[in-house]
Amino acid sequence: MNRRARSAVFLVAAAVFAAAFTAACTGLPAFGTSTHPYGSRAVGAAIQRHTANVVSAVNFDQRAIDTLGEESILFGAVLGAVVLLRQARDEDRQAPVPGRILPTTLLLGAGLLPVTLLVGVYIVGHGQLSPGGGFQGGVVLATGLHLAYVAADYRVLRRVRPLAALGAVDAAAAGAFTALGLAGLITGAAYLQNVLPLGTFNQLTSGGLVPLINAAVGVEVASGVVVLLAQFLDQAVEIESPPDGERPQGTGPSPEAS
Amino acid sequence: MTLLPFLAAGWIFLVGVYGMVTSRNLVHAVGCLAVAQSSTYVLLLGVGFRKGATAPVFADVPVGTPVVDPVVQALVLTDVVVGATVTALLLSLVIQIRKRYGTLDPEELTGLKG
Repeated sequence: MNRRARSAVFLVAAAVFAAAFTAACTGLPAFGTSTHPYGSRAVGAAIQRHTANVVSAVNFDQRAIDTLGEESILFGAVLGAVVLLRQARDEDRQAPVPGRILPTTLLLGAGLLPVTLLVGVYIVGHGQLSPGGGFQGGVVLATGLHLAYVAADYRVLRRVRPLAALGAVDAAAAGAFTALGLAGLITGAAYLQNVLPLGTFNQLTSGGLVPLINAAVGVEVASGVVVLLAQFLDQAVEIESPPDGERPQGTGPSPEAS
Repeated sequence: MTLLPFLAAGWIFLVGVYGMVTSRNLVHAVGCLAVAQSSTYVLLLGVGFRKGATAPVFADVPVGTPVVDPVVQALVLTDVVVGATVTALLLSLVIQIRKRYGTLDPEELTGLKG
């Protein structure tokens, strides 16, 4: 199909979508309405389980089984990226060349690295109380670690990033989420049901199972994102592909190369 | 115009799909997919909005304060996480395609191999 025909098909489809979507929107509750039946019930259930951050309560308590699936998607994606971006047999690994580093940049990076990691731990740890949680804090932790790369260079990052251990931690944290759900089964309740003591509302230990699942997710996201970014950085910094001409063009991977 | 926030979501979706349809670069196409997907965030948050309400976190406000719908916010969180992981996986596929076929233009990737 040439470009013109494809654009025409898109325009027709877009017109149909626009008309149907607009019609559907007129049937939605009005924007800013004060009736939110599901929202009100979720708020009630979260208060009952002593969890101040209702979004965390929905994710790690009321919809915990959905979050287990979401977390498995994250784990699978990290695994997939590691497999796809591994070093192929016809590729060489070259030691990264150290670049020139400004002392002020180095100082700022060294100063901010612990602060950023602390903020990440705080956002994970207070997930059941204040905005944030395992997913958000995990990303802060993982990207904070890469200040070592931004402010210094790749060899420094490799020293502060134990990749093999983080891969194992990622798997262990994903397993911990699954195992935490068994607490419900042991006490005779449902899988992933919040059966732990609920604690005092708005305290760090409140929410029963929520802070534990939250921490497991935080560890998994942090280590998973570090492993994921490491694959892309490896491709950019270390792995040297053979020049384009040396590979069979347009014939795909030859049997011995893949 | 209470329809406007919802229509904005539909517009973002169409812009993203248009980018994918006309894309000449696979990295650009992955970016457009992320744009199309972000329309769902706007739609979900628009559905959950409540006038004069605050965030659904009761750490600082007394219980009973009107808050926006926390269910859709949790859905958006799921959406963001899945979107980010899918983008990462697609980009690693793009890297492999560039390595094996030497091009990023989807028009040039015509050969079907079994």
